[in-house]
Amino acid sequence: MIASNSQLLNGLGGGNLSPENGNMLHVAPLSSQEPSNQKQVPMTADKIIEATNVSKWYGSFRALTDVNLTVRKGERIVICGPSGSGKSTLIRCFNRLEAHQEGEITVNGIRLHSKMRNVTDVRKNVGMVFQHFNLFPHMTVLMNCMAGPMWMKGLSESEAKKTALKFLERVRIPEQANKYPVQLSGGQQQRVAIARSLCMEPAVMLFDEPTSALDPEMVSEVLETMTSLARDGMTMVCVTHEMGFARAVADRVIFMDRGQIVEQGAPNEFFTNPQHDRTKLFLSQILKH
Amino acid sequence: MLYQDTIDSEVLVHKPWFVASTFAVVLALFLMYNLTGTTMGELMRPVIGDPSQSGLYGRFAIAFVIAVAFSLNLVLIGFAPIKAQIILVWLELLLLILAFFKSFELSLPFIRENLPFLITQGVFTTLYVSAISLLFASLIAIIAAVAKLSSNGFAYGIASFYTSFFRGLPLLMQIYLIYLGLPQFGIVLNAVPSGILALSVCIGAYMTEIFRSGIQSIDRGQWEASRSMGFGFGLTMRRIILPQALPVIVPPMGNTFISMLKDSSLVSVLGVWELTFLARTIGQPTFHNMEMLVAASLIYWVLSCCLELIQSKIERHYSRSKLR
Ligand SMILES: Nc1ncnc2c1ncn2[C@@H]1O[C@H](COP(=O)(O)OP(=O)(O)OP(=O)(O)O)[C@@H](O)[C@H]1O
Ligand SMILES: [Mg+2]
Repeated sequence: MIASNSQLLNGLGGGNLSPENGNMLHVAPLSSQEPSNQKQVPMTADKIIEATNVSKWYGSFRALTDVNLTVRKGERIVICGPSGSGKSTLIRCFNRLEAHQEGEITVNGIRLHSKMRNVTDVRKNVGMVFQHFNLFPHMTVLMNCMAGPMWMKGLSESEAKKTALKFLERVRIPEQANKYPVQLSGGQQQRVAIARSLCMEPAVMLFDEPTSALDPEMVSEVLETMTSLARDGMTMVCVTHEMGFARAVADRVIFMDRGQIVEQGAPNEFFTNPQHDRTKLFLSQILKH
Repeated sequence: MLYQDTIDSEVLVHKPWFVASTFAVVLALFLMYNLTGTTMGELMRPVIGDPSQSGLYGRFAIAFVIAVAFSLNLVLIGFAPIKAQIILVWLELLLLILAFFKSFELSLPFIRENLPFLITQGVFTTLYVSAISLLFASLIAIIAAVAKLSSNGFAYGIASFYTSFFRGLPLLMQIYLIYLGLPQFGIVLNAVPSGILALSVCIGAYMTEIFRSGIQSIDRGQWEASRSMGFGFGLTMRRIILPQALPVIVPPMGNTFISMLKDSSLVSVLGVWELTFLARTIGQPTFHNMEMLVAASLIYWVLSCCLELIQSKIERHYSRSKLR
């Protein structure tokens, strides 16, 4: 089991991302077997995000209710659920774009709270990809990617450029480097947004419905990029309704409704044998078309 | 530019009904005024005889000639390429304005004689007073704008009181208040610094609102993306928000700059040797008031044209990332 796990993480090609293998994946992978990991990390550091009993209110409206979630290194988690169920709210709490009022969230060993002074250390390690890309329109694609490394990590311009080009290559659009975001298609823009986050070399990537603002024919290019990221062992938390992607890539699928995690499980089990009525209803609605 | 359709529409000024109706409107307009006693009447003397005796016939003839000239002008210019059209219209309007000024029977030699001093002393002072005020105003504005957007009640209170007070008081009062009021607190400022201070806080108050609305016009997503990458407030403001707000800010800023250039004439009440002050002091004792005032106005116009040019340059610079 462990062998097949690490094999997956190493991104050895071939069909090891099929749903058949997917169902064993919520076991924590061994970090020592991951090539991209520079130093030996003790097992306790394996948890990249740990949320316990997290609750959040918008005014008097309770958007999250006692959410518990642990994301381990190399894990790929897909969150789904009906509109307004709190998916975005939850992942936006993970990089403190939103504040939670109860419970604890620890990211990379740093506890998130309103008086923290080192939120930058968290955000540098947590990449986020938005539904509407949110590229910086006044900068070229290249500069969008260079900004983070230059301003946050103190890389020189030439080093930052090298990093940026490397990751633009990674999302397969290095030739667009000198264009402005508006000159690209939606799919290309989203891939630039992914590259921009990757340039910070984050420990975990958060995706908030990255394909739902895209035209159908562009969805696949973004999903392919994300799949190949997953194959390389990137830790990912993905809010998406792309169930094909969830089946192929996720280690764990989480279903949220009304601010709560209703059900979670390996994709195989989750899709073929959902336990809760709400999950069944949701799946039947989403798989209908 | 407005959104241009790709289909060439028929040129409006070449449509017979349009030309006919403009002709009718112009004719009617000029029939209402008796121009027989003016230069126009003199010009028409060969046709209508003695203008003062020509009566209704003279009025009609003059209005008719003007209407024909106007319509012909409209139709002919319509054939030129767009650049030439603009230049031609500008030239014609300029000529009209000059003819208007000429009707004051200004003494050109007097203007020529005093123009150099008006420029070296007056324009110079106006320019540096305005430029320094602009600089301070921008600084004040950006700080006040951030304060107005902040969640700190104290900062918001100060900033909103500031904009309300200094936008609300007449600039002339502010200038007096600062020049005559500050010495009460033991701060004695000379005329020029007083003027600069008054202009700075007043224009700063207007620009605060421009900056605030510019900053607010930027999509929340930009803040979120910037924050999610770990950029702090200052970095986000400087590198992400303000550069995007600038294209929104520049046109109203251009407006403010131009009006401030002219408002700087108000510091003449303190005896600062700027353009308006000099125009008046040179003109009054020699009874060439109008000469100097017209000259000064034209200089203000030239200066604001320069500002307009700079503004359009900046706008073009920032439209780059919007081009497809
Ligand atoms: N800033 C806010 N102020 C008040 N209520 C909010 C705010 N943001 C979100 N909410 C509410 O919180 C709930 C959860 O919102 P959230 O955006 O997390 O839903 P979601 O699961 O991401 O939905 P979707 O699939 O539509 O994106 C919704 O009912 C929403 O109305
Ligand atoms: Mg959402």
